[in-house]
Amino acid sequence: MKSMTYIEAMNEALAEEMERDPSVFIIGEDVDVDGGVWKETQGLAERFGLERVIGTPISESAFTGLAAGAAMCGLRPVLEFMYMDFVDVAMDQLCNQIAKLPLMSGGKVKMPITIRMCGTGTGTREAAQHSQSLEAWFAHIPGFKVVMPATAKDAKGLLKSAIRDDSPVVFIENRNIYYKKELVPEGEFTVPIGEAEVVQAGSDVTVVTVGYSRSKVIAAIEKIGDACSVELIDAKTVDPLDMKTFLDSLAKTGRILIVQEAHTECGIGSEIVRRVVAEGFDLLDCPPVVIGSKNCPTPFSPVLEDAVIPSINEIMGKIMLLKQYKI
Amino acid sequence: MRVKNKIKETGTAEAVSSIYKRMLTIRRFEERVKQLYRGGEIYGAIHLYIGQEAIAVGVCDALEDSDFVFSTHRGHGHYLAKTGDVSGAMAELMGRATGCSKGHGGSMHMFDPLKGFMGGNGIVGGGIPLALGAAFAAKYKGTNAVSVSFFGEGASNQGTFHESLNLAALKKLPLIAVCENNRYAATTPVKASTADEDMAKRAAGYNVQALTVDGNDVEDVSQAIHKALSHVRAGKGPFLLDCKTYRVEPHCGIIADTRPDEELAIWRTPEKDPLNRLQSQHPDLLTDKQVAHLELEVNRELDQAVDFARQSPYPRVEQFTEEFIR
Ligand SMILES: Cc1ncc(C[n+]2csc(CCOP(=O)(O)OP(=O)(O)O)c2C)c(N)n1
Repeated sequence: MKSMTYIEAMNEALAEEMERDPSVFIIGEDVDVDGGVWKETQGLAERFGLERVIGTPISESAFTGLAAGAAMCGLRPVLEFMYMDFVDVAMDQLCNQIAKLPLMSGGKVKMPITIRMCGTGTGTREAAQHSQSLEAWFAHIPGFKVVMPATAKDAKGLLKSAIRDDSPVVFIENRNIYYKKELVPEGEFTVPIGEAEVVQAGSDVTVVTVGYSRSKVIAAIEKIGDACSVELIDAKTVDPLDMKTFLDSLAKTGRILIVQEAHTECGIGSEIVRRVVAEGFDLLDCPPVVIGSKNCPTPFSPVLEDAVIPSINEIMGKIMLLKQYKI
Repeated sequence: MRVKNKIKETGTAEAVSSIYKRMLTIRRFEERVKQLYRGGEIYGAIHLYIGQEAIAVGVCDALEDSDFVFSTHRGHGHYLAKTGDVSGAMAELMGRATGCSKGHGGSMHMFDPLKGFMGGNGIVGGGIPLALGAAFAAKYKGTNAVSVSFFGEGASNQGTFHESLNLAALKKLPLIAVCENNRYAATTPVKASTADEDMAKRAAGYNVQALTVDGNDVEDVSQAIHKALSHVRAGKGPFLLDCKTYRVEPHCGIIADTRPDEELAIWRTPEKDPLNRLQSQHPDLLTDKQVAHLELEVNRELDQAVDFARQSPYPRVEQFTEEFIR
């Protein structure tokens, strides 16, 4: 194992995949200047040339389409949005073109695109247009796979899997953990798309985390201590969902909480609840619970932002509520 | 008192010193913001306007409260130039309930619709169609108002710029598009982002009249905006100003500067500085003594604004919840 940040882990994944496959190229704003604004492409332009590390004008719609057209012709683009919020500008190319062309062409066209959503997150006071977690949009549109790595190891392993996948993969990052050092295995490895991970075994309550909420739940579990035995599962992939892992856990605990940073309404948590009810109704000892951001755009002022995003206290409270629920 | 316009023609001491003071207010405001950001009292994504003051002040000085301004992520200067509300801006940046957006918006989302300031924007190119809509509303209602859209050369590569310009020309809407070409979009130089940086040519493609402006010279900006206003108010359709300038500060709080020192040095010379420039054009109207006096006044106002913001309460969560959470 070696110690590196999420950003460094992605940088390594990009370099290894570009080395392995000459059809892989990177495209996005500022990626060619000094490693981009987040520094994830550091050194890649020097190493692989400006033909493969392509900085663009602020023209998200056009460069997304460029990636799509190139993918139709056998290239393997890694497309980057500086913040997830900016993807809104390119939604036609993503949802009407990229997601649908493989089916509409009768499978004759492939879309091996990795769509990196950088800088996603809350809590850094960047206000309503720089704080959105939009995974549910892409999970809703058939045609995409959607992954949300919450550790440096998964960032590297899932990015490599995404690049090798022949379907478009929406890869949602989190800025809150970009620069934290973590242990990552040395050498070649991938993390499979579609598999959740049981991070910690437990017997009282199942907690499924979506993306960055893993960190908040770990903090909540530490504070709870022996008062509740939590089985912590990191969903990692939100489309397709690894229902088997969730249901196996529910069979032990009978109680399930899902925590996401996105707004609660119509989110991934809702979808997990729908499937838990449909596929594991008999396993439930009490109603499933979802924690997410409150149903309003994210306000700027710290007091307001902290009141609308999931907090460690809220997570602790709900875990204990579930544990204490009388059947 | 607000002294209006045409500094070149009127050339009065009052007009010149009012313009100077407003540019100075923006400069010193931004310097304070930088300090307070470093000290942790201001947070989030902060894009400073230093070096571009002549554009906001030159343009907004010529506008009425009833005219509309749509701003960008780099909007503090636009807000101050259009509204003069130093305290509301400072309180907003500190996330207070007394801020111009009640602390809900922060740096990129300042609002004062009553004074025609229709908001900053976190999405590059996102404000241009909104400005188009305000221009439409003005024509629809038969008012004489114009709608000004500020945007960077980076934003001119978004579809929204092209689509809006075409639509404004087609419908002869009172839109003034003010491009602030500060030579960089984040870390990308204009040469690497914009196939032809002459915005007048882009405007011509949509049958829109345009002027190229020295954006560091407030008199040049002032003359140009008055030409644009007479054209637009006469119902002849949109106008574009292509203001050449330079962003002297790094793009944003968190991003390191990657630009060559020699280039930065050129743009930091007194000849380029919009404040010095105005003073050197009117040495008799803006003596060193008068400038020193304006400095004192501006600093006093800023001290008051910072105190006001610090003493203001944070927004109340209960009230916010009631009003906005569904
Ligand atoms: C749609 C969108 N894409 C990217 C960004 C990130 N971003 C913020 S400001 C900026 C540069 C904008 O350049 P320009 O329009 O020239 O304005 P300037 O910053 O130079 O004032 C970028 C890329 C964004 N906010 N919105």
